Amino acid sequence: MFLDLFYGLRDEGVPVAVQEWQMFMTSLEKGLHDSNLLAFYNVAKATLIKSEAYYDAFDRVFARIFHGVEGELSANDQLSEWLSDPKTFDGLTDDQRKMIEELDADELMRRYLETLEEQDERHDGGGRWVGTGGHSPFGNGGQHPTGIRVGGHSQNRSAMKVAEDRRFQEYRTDSTLDIRNVRLALKRLRHLTREGPGDELDLDETVEETCRNAGEIEFVYRSERRNNVRLLLLMDVGGTMEPYYEPVSRLLTALHEERQLRDFKSYYFHNCVYDRLGTTADLYIKDAIPTGDILRRFDERWKVLIVGDAAMHPGELMNPRGNINPRFESETRGIDWLMRIREHFNRVVWLNPDPQSDWDRTRTAKAIREIFPMYSLSLDGIKGAVTSLVGARPSAAGITRH
Amino acid sequence: MAEESDFYRFTGTEGYIVSRPLVEAVNCAIALERPLLVKGEPGTGKTLLAHHIAEGLGLRMESWHIKSTSKAMEGLYVYDTLQRLNDARFGEGDVSDIRSYIKLGPVGRVFSAPKRQVLLIDEVDKADLEFPNDILRELDEMRFTVMETGDEVAAKERPLVIITSNNEKELPDAFLRRCVFHFIEFPEPDMMRKIVEVHHPNVDTTLLDQVLIKFYWLRGQPDLRKKPSTSELIDWIAALLRSGVSEEKLENHIPFLGSLLKNEQDTSALADFEERGGGMPSNWSDLGPRYNQ
Repeated sequence: MFLDLFYGLRDEGVPVAVQEWQMFMTSLEKGLHDSNLLAFYNVAKATLIKSEAYYDAFDRVFARIFHGVEGELSANDQLSEWLSDPKTFDGLTDDQRKMIEELDADELMRRYLETLEEQDERHDGGGRWVGTGGHSPFGNGGQHPTGIRVGGHSQNRSAMKVAEDRRFQEYRTDSTLDIRNVRLALKRLRHLTREGPGDELDLDETVEETCRNAGEIEFVYRSERRNNVRLLLLMDVGGTMEPYYEPVSRLLTALHEERQLRDFKSYYFHNCVYDRLGTTADLYIKDAIPTGDILRRFDERWKVLIVGDAAMHPGELMNPRGNINPRFESETRGIDWLMRIREHFNRVVWLNPDPQSDWDRTRTAKAIREIFPMYSLSLDGIKGAVTSLVGARPSAAGITRH
Repeated sequence: MAEESDFYRFTGTEGYIVSRPLVEAVNCAIALERPLLVKGEPGTGKTLLAHHIAEGLGLRMESWHIKSTSKAMEGLYVYDTLQRLNDARFGEGDVSDIRSYIKLGPVGRVFSAPKRQVLLIDEVDKADLEFPNDILRELDEMRFTVMETGDEVAAKERPLVIITSNNEKELPDAFLRRCVFHFIEFPEPDMMRKIVEVHHPNVDTTLLDQVLIKFYWLRGQPDLRKKPSTSELIDWIAALLRSGVSEEKLENHIPFLGSLLKNEQDTSALADFEERGGGMPSNWSDLGPRYNQ
């Protein structure tokens, strides 16, 4: 049952490792849970979960696994036994530990399915967690014998109610996107180098040189460390992108506010990149510039972020004169332009606002995915895209960083 | 492993209202001898918590306020080379004794203290991305060596480390793995009433109800770019009180919107909403089950 919690969390993508699990086990050994499910819930949350983004996943898993346990704390239940004397629980046997470390996918799936079956059985009991309020020794805003003053009505609820409440949904990172979060994710978009004029006093070197100079002060300057990331944003506008106005505009706002970037340029297209790119989102023909010029102007060190749903008629991608917009008619196929972009720049990623489950259903999205690494337009997706733009490159050639 | 009787147990202090999950997280950190990482929206009392934990446990506290230029080394010790060089040039001080130019930082002072202390590392996310990794080993082993002298500074009793973060930067995984984590939730209405009371002791209860209903309703709008926080609520109430707005005026309109919403799009979105005659809730029951338990 306790391993179910572990596997359940891993299954939800919560990064729980053996270290956290051991920390949790140690705190139980020390009796921090006070043989009470709410305290158990709080201790598990504090030791296993390291970000509010996973609180919701934790609540869901906890509610699923410990469903029906509460209210039976006095019954001959595995949990109540274990809670009253955690030391008899063998924590992790060697085999179990090995299992956790290996995390075999089949095994994981099997356990998961088992949990689901078990859970169905427990469901029959139905709603036993309801109305078990009053378990908690904490009065509403009152004074507890141990002297803890608690504020707010929420303290008086049972662990299961707290878990089932799912008050942390808004902190999830796989579905929500707000500017602050995006800004946070973009902070990683950096590559620090020392370039430019030396105007920062290098104290260590100054001391070193001064000593060499027999005490006559010798100042040493160096250039400031600065972010060397230049970002080129190519964005799909109009048509099927309309529904994604909100998340995309949040990404844009965050990017424009990101002052750490050395340089940032954005160009616009509709559905696919062809001979010309718009300099504004209106795609005015007179303001458009040839895509070839952009490739000449921006060297391979620019990081390219393409935002688009990659969904269009296959002909728009694969045929010459494929552009749906007659003002921007193009001899070269869209897919050729995408290939050129990939060849020209060192790092290019594609952010797709469509749900990831749809990507394989669209032929063009499938084709484009073979050209660029594709991430979803969610906080997790942006993080992945940023890592892929500036992180170590997984290559066999031994070059790990650009 | 320490006996149970050895535990320091945190049970709160007179002047600070703690939620139960927080008490349990603090006690976890104490028992496990791990740093406690506290996150939460600004104004939820993260820094204050450390002060009250120290007070509650009867321990001395040392704080280290992190800035964007903070280096991990500064927390341990600073070797004042310039002073020494200066003294050497002008023949002042005892230049031969390097130790007198080594100044311990907050971490160093806590480690070298004869008794257990509380160490607050405030706003760790202000510093460089790599900063948390740089202090990992020292916090793990609770010891470090002063390179210039070879002296070792080791904690006799493991201090209780409390780290706060405003979530401005992502913290490294290796760092997170070693911490006990607690996220201070945004105050629920009951708690908020108490907070408001501290700032505005004489607010009419029916007015306050209307104010809070509007406030939580606003916060609940999914498209809001910047949610109003506690401090904005306090400001807003101040503005309402000074202008003497009655609760009826609040029924379907939010006056002094500028003190609540600080983003242009948010303000105009709400103005549109009001113009279209979109109704605002005036009862707690309109706000959904979360506020009606």
